Amino acid sequence: MSSLKLSTVTKTFGRHTALDRVGLTVGAGERVALLGHNGAGKSTLMKIVLGLIPADGGSVEVLGAAPGSGAARAQVAYLPENAAFHPSLTGEEQMALYLRLRGAPASQARPLLDRVGLGDAARRRIGTYSKGMRQRVGLAQALIGRPRLLVLDEPTSGLDPVSRREFYAILEELAADGAAILLSSHALTEVEARTDRIVILSKGRVVADDTLAGLRRNAGLPTRIHVAARPGAADDVARELRAGRRNGVMVDLVCPPDEKLSRLGRVAELGHLVEDVEVVPPSLEDIYDHYSRRTQA
Amino acid sequence: MTAALGLASCEFRIALRNRWVAIVIAMMTLFALVLSAAGSAPTGELGADSLSVTVASLTSLAVYLVPLVGLLMAFDAVAGEVERGTLPLLLTYPVSRARLLLGKALAHLATLALALAIGYGSAAAAAFAVDPEAAGGLPALVRLFWSSLLLGASFLGIGYALSAIARRPGAAAGLAIGLWLVLIVLYDLGLLAAVVADAGGVFTTHVFPWLLLANPADAFRIFNLASSEATAAAAGVGGAAGSIPAWQALASVALWPLVAFALALLAFRKVTP
Repeated sequence: MSSLKLSTVTKTFGRHTALDRVGLTVGAGERVALLGHNGAGKSTLMKIVLGLIPADGGSVEVLGAAPGSGAARAQVAYLPENAAFHPSLTGEEQMALYLRLRGAPASQARPLLDRVGLGDAARRRIGTYSKGMRQRVGLAQALIGRPRLLVLDEPTSGLDPVSRREFYAILEELAADGAAILLSSHALTEVEARTDRIVILSKGRVVADDTLAGLRRNAGLPTRIHVAARPGAADDVARELRAGRRNGVMVDLVCPPDEKLSRLGRVAELGHLVEDVEVVPPSLEDIYDHYSRRTQA
Repeated sequence: MTAALGLASCEFRIALRNRWVAIVIAMMTLFALVLSAAGSAPTGELGADSLSVTVASLTSLAVYLVPLVGLLMAFDAVAGEVERGTLPLLLTYPVSRARLLLGKALAHLATLALALAIGYGSAAAAAFAVDPEAAGGLPALVRLFWSSLLLGASFLGIGYALSAIARRPGAAAGLAIGLWLVLIVLYDLGLLAAVVADAGGVFTTHVFPWLLLANPADAFRIFNLASSEATAAAAGVGGAAGSIPAWQALASVALWPLVAFALALLAFRKVTP
């Protein structure tokens, strides 16, 4: 059963169509990344899932209930983009409040803050926290009461690389425990390998919904082959491979994915002229660009 | 209920840290002491005990100060959460909007109750210091205390409604001060002008009493004055108090918090984060 199921969800603000017949599912234990530029509709989609704003059309099912209903809210956790809290409260007091709002004992505040690495700052006012620390408080509150669906809006923005890794480790534990996770990001590089599936939104439409490997395959983007020629042989190599020369020793080849092996074979035949070969697959940015551009045509 | 209480204790802590509690208490105490000092002189001629006279002065003070304090505490309630960006997260918790408002109201009422107890208490202590017979005025003081709380609750509710409508703290504060001026200052002046112009006609006898009851601050004043004959002498709107039964004024004072809270909830439900 899907923990989250959206079909043909549409939302307009005046003349602007924020979401256009969006369909999306997230299963229990699945981590799905929602990618898109600023204004692609990611936050709007999340707010609809949370029941903060109503959809104009289509259907949304959150853990078998209507979005924003008591049953849904009891099992859904949310981490807003740029999580904000009252600056006069300490991290521990703020957590105690969130725990009580969920009917959980306030004594869990400290263990939760410890889990996100904020134990030392628990008694300091949130007004003195850095952006990354506030983001951790946001994550800590999203962990309250074993949520079955986590909706995380750009959760790793403001986190340093080490914190980001710790963050994804926590997400992995949650998913292993059967929680469904929907997180948004504007960069494919951030979510690479840490999510099970990637959904790309562009101008309110779903333009891709696949695993990273699937996205890479279907995009069919050209592969680059950098050939380092032996000194003085660059012109010969370039002529043999019918490719452009980048500088005195490097020769660049660009080929479709299915020609990659035959091209490499040609390079191998030039054995004595070639010093080194490097194969560069399309970057994550290239793939993301490829999909997010598609609707503009 | 745990949720509302949790929210109330957090709000109270915030009010303590923002010095709101201290400011409200200081304001109440200062005004109460100044009034009781000014009112302690003419007690002999009135034939009333000194505490009753103090209560009459405090009533006039409360009509101005309690609504102001209520509005000042309330204007940030929703607009502040919107501006800080804390509202969307709060609304995803399994707590109804009514509970959220209730939690804030409990904290603000507790702050007000504390300030009133200390302010009125010090005025009463001053009265007891100059007049050993002051105990006669105690029932009036107790009545003033709880009716002040009801008056405060009305304006807290109105403040929350304004806060939800404005959605920005600056605009909410402006609306709150504007409303205070209209309901507390201009309303009575307008009524007075209308009564003078009417010269004892239908307006004065039939419409005027209802208009007084419709305003929670006027109803509060009438209730406290009508309940205590001794205080009538010290009041400016004493004439009006005579024509309106105390129970009607009490009904208005007691109903207004409910009406105001309902308005606040209606306005808050319209806020989409």
